[in-house]
Amino acid sequence: MSRYFTEDHEWIDVEGDTATVGITDYAQGQLGDIVFVELPDVGAMVDKGKDAAVVESVKAASDVYAPISGEVVESNSALDDDPALVNTSPEEDGWFFKLTIGDKAELDGLMDAKAYANFVESL
Amino acid sequence: MSAPNKTGWKPAMNADGEMMAVTATYTGNRALMLDEALIFEIGSTETTGVDLPDAPLPAANRLGGFERRDPIGLPGLSEPETVRHYTRLSRQNYAIDLGLFPLGSCTMKHNPRLNEKVARMPGFADVHPLQPVGTVRGALEVMNELAFWLIELTGMHGVAMSPKAGAHGELCGILCIRAALEARGDARKVVLCPESAHGTNPATAAFAGYQVEDIPATAEGRVDLEALKARLGPDVAAVMITNPNTCGLFERDMKAISDAVHEAGAFVYCDGANFNAIVGRVRPGDLGVDAMHINLHKTFSTPHGGGGPGSGPVVLSEALSPYGPLPFTARTADGVVHLVEEENTGAFDHTQSFGRMTAFHGQMGMFTRALTYILSHGADGLKQVSEDAVLNANYILRSLEDVLHAPFAASGPCMHEAIFGDKGFAAGLSTLDLAKGLIDEGFHPMTMYFPLVVHGAMLVEPTETESKAALDQFIGALRSVAERAIAGDESLKTAPHFAPRRRLDETLAARKPVLAWSDPGMD
Amino acid sequence: MRYLPLTDSDRSAMLEVIGASDIDALFVDVPPEAQLDGPIRGLPMHASEMAVEQHMRRLSKQNLAAADAPFFLGAGAYRHHVPASVDHLIQRGEFLTAYTPYQPEIAQGTLQMLFEFQSQVARLYGCAVANSSMYDGSTACWEAVAMASRVTKRSRVVLSGALHPHYAEVVRTMAKFTDDKIAGAQPALQAQPDNAGLIARIDEATSCVVVQYPDILGRLPNLAEIADAAHAKGALLIVVNTEPVALGAITSPGELGADIVVGEGQSIGVGLQFGGPYLGLFAVRDPKHVRQMPGRLCGETVDADGKRGFVLTLSTREQHIRREKATSNICTNSGLCALAFSVHMTLLGETGLRQLAAENHRLACLAADTLAAVPGVRVLNDTFFNEFTILLEKDARAIVRDLAEDGVLAGVSLGRLYPDLADLAGGLLVAVTETTTEEDIHALAAALKEKLA
Repeated sequence: MSRYFTEDHEWIDVEGDTATVGITDYAQGQLGDIVFVELPDVGAMVDKGKDAAVVESVKAASDVYAPISGEVVESNSALDDDPALVNTSPEEDGWFFKLTIGDKAELDGLMDAKAYANFVESL
Repeated sequence: MSAPNKTGWKPAMNADGEMMAVTATYTGNRALMLDEALIFEIGSTETTGVDLPDAPLPAANRLGGFERRDPIGLPGLSEPETVRHYTRLSRQNYAIDLGLFPLGSCTMKHNPRLNEKVARMPGFADVHPLQPVGTVRGALEVMNELAFWLIELTGMHGVAMSPKAGAHGELCGILCIRAALEARGDARKVVLCPESAHGTNPATAAFAGYQVEDIPATAEGRVDLEALKARLGPDVAAVMITNPNTCGLFERDMKAISDAVHEAGAFVYCDGANFNAIVGRVRPGDLGVDAMHINLHKTFSTPHGGGGPGSGPVVLSEALSPYGPLPFTARTADGVVHLVEEENTGAFDHTQSFGRMTAFHGQMGMFTRALTYILSHGADGLKQVSEDAVLNANYILRSLEDVLHAPFAASGPCMHEAIFGDKGFAAGLSTLDLAKGLIDEGFHPMTMYFPLVVHGAMLVEPTETESKAALDQFIGALRSVAERAIAGDESLKTAPHFAPRRRLDETLAARKPVLAWSDPGMD
Repeated sequence: MRYLPLTDSDRSAMLEVIGASDIDALFVDVPPEAQLDGPIRGLPMHASEMAVEQHMRRLSKQNLAAADAPFFLGAGAYRHHVPASVDHLIQRGEFLTAYTPYQPEIAQGTLQMLFEFQSQVARLYGCAVANSSMYDGSTACWEAVAMASRVTKRSRVVLSGALHPHYAEVVRTMAKFTDDKIAGAQPALQAQPDNAGLIARIDEATSCVVVQYPDILGRLPNLAEIADAAHAKGALLIVVNTEPVALGAITSPGELGADIVVGEGQSIGVGLQFGGPYLGLFAVRDPKHVRQMPGRLCGETVDADGKRGFVLTLSTREQHIRREKATSNICTNSGLCALAFSVHMTLLGETGLRQLAAENHRLACLAADTLAAVPGVRVLNDTFFNEFTILLEKDARAIVRDLAEDGVLAGVSLGRLYPDLADLAGGLLVAVTETTTEEDIHALAAALKEKLA
């Protein structure tokens, strides 16, 4: 399994033909207390770089973009009852959705953990 | 005035610096600070505060079997309990009647009570919107008279009276623009709004089917005319501008902006939220505006009512007037005022109307109040209104710019509102903390974090209905709280200390929404 | 000028602090050519309170107030008695002159009232959640249609032919600017609403079906049947109610399967006011739809000391945060009208509301029977609550105008509502409330008898 990061502060785990997407610890820290996560429907097609989910704090709503294109095969229903998981476990239990990988080449431009850490450092 | 900060005084301490003993009471109340339970907790479905015939529905009714069998669950209170319940609730509210209410952009000015008396005259309050027009001539006359003065005061060509609030008026104006463009077969796609715009502007444009793009601003807080000109093109339908803008500055280049927009074939929408700064002195029509809504509660003193009802008539240029919504009033040469609806648009040359925005004629109850206000102030008074509003705001700006960061202080005088930022506050203290500290001083806070272009923005609008003494007390209080924020007074982070409630947990409210009462024991 | 506290010496002292020579120096950014050279022309100078009051009273007297005539108008606005304490309480300055409760620590009065209001509306409508109000019933109706499109991601809207024509017109107007496709219909003068015809128009592309209950002709459609049909196709049922007093006598739309219930709340506490301000009510049956609702919502929470308190919540749906992605551009509610509604509803309570509804229905039945006995008059409805349609052998609109000159406000003619539909010209909507006396009913019957003779 390998993990990639985007400049929009999403992480993506790739395992075989499916990928899991969430937002990074840095992102949740910037957003503050998460009160609601709107997830894509299973079966929905998402396009790389386009809105796929929405994450809300009390005073802000932020779009979460799909890091790659694909079909949503599962969304994290635990977030419906407990959106705070995004704050407490952003890069594990607080994952957003899983999708099929349409085109592995789309992963090429993404960062690895070290590159992302440097990117955050530079902000 | 004493300088409590220098002695290290904090709200929970007495004059000697000792923590005050907090004495619990049996009721939880503190003298005049009275908590009040919900009607669902104190009322019952058997109790009623009205005297009506106690007869059940007749068995031989005409309800076709749809008669209600199960209880609704609506609690009732007797009249004395009702009066006490709402009176107690009222005392947990801040209001203009209690003190200065410096919400920038919202314009909390005194609400004259004559307005209330007039709105309640039976000929206005007790008439039905669909009565034969021959029985409501006076009501139509009020609508028409107000419409006339709104046109005169703005230098425009026409006015749509039916929009129910400012945002509804914005929608009306943008729909007029879209209708006008469609009528000439011009499908433009983009509306330009400054970043400092009210959130309703982009929301309105998006609803009307437009893509929204930002207009760049200059460092001094105004529209960047050259950048705007560069962006204008055949895809731009309209430019939405607030003038005076939300940084409290007059857009000096307004006429040049309008000319450029018109040259590019687009229209100028002016958000009239700040018209109160220039009423009686400047007419937006002279600046090339095509449409502008007027919040009657801001400029013409109708009450805010805890969040509405508003009223948002939209004045229109000659180019847009033919597309205005139905219904409206029109006076014919014989002096008679008519109601123009779907059926008689032909007779009044208004067949291009984009349609109807609301069931009836608009906010009549606000029309009577606004007309009463306009006639009370008259031409000289309205001019004095905007002058005093601007004077009061500049007095606040210049009295506080030494202690609070005033990002546009060098851009010239402000109009009716002064803007400050949080630069210089001690680490960990924010605009929010300052605002809550102001609550303890007995003032409603200013508008916070708006506009977005100033970090930790505080937008202060005193309005013209404050005395110099009230302004001086407010300036003293804001100075004191600002000094505490700069000095890093931690007690601000837990303010307010003296309000009916301490800070409320908004995260809990949003994570586990409880939006209606449910009976204990019920799921 | 009585509303301006500053004296000339105050003004001078303040200009000195500012460092400005005179007031014009503060308007230096306004180009001179954009400034008027004097006060607005034509508008008189300021006037005393007495003079303005006299002027407005003269205009007021040119109207025939409902209380001064036998009065039978309805069609979306109803005349009910409003207890004196309602107007007293809404005029308390702490309610009247407060702003939107954005600082909850000093706005618990408004917030608790809104929470109670939302709870009252939710119960009245048989729904889980109501918002803190919209502009009026017609705009709430459009907002419901827009919400249904968001929820279902479909765009075909089926309007009942018996939806208030002005509500339908608002929906049609707004839909011109969205992707929604409106399938409307004309009302048919039948004793029963045409449920079968409506159901036949629902298909797999339908986002919602909009039905009025009681409908524009006063009839009671079978909502449960329409709900089942709509749900079978994956569409939402929106029910519009323009007379909330009816819900003291008939089963609520939510209990009958409506997904979104909207309506006009003016009947309770607000008064006629020539059409506004009124009170839009908006509720959803299923709490899962809350985040797609438009408008402000008030919710319960606790403060830093653990005491119960209320805040505006879920505001990420709204324009001031979501900007171009908001659920609606609405920026207010109808706060003071919501307060009037809530106070009046608290005075009524369940017992009072049911008594009020029963009295309305009793008098409406009396009126229907009395008018049915007038030669040339036929009562259309099999079912009604407090408003029904009568069919006259002559043009009803002309008769209404004639009767108004004789001092009888006879009702709303279908010709006024549907000027283009000649086959409806004989129709007259007659609304009867607890304010209608038996003498009023007999006066209307006698007047109609004379005009139809």
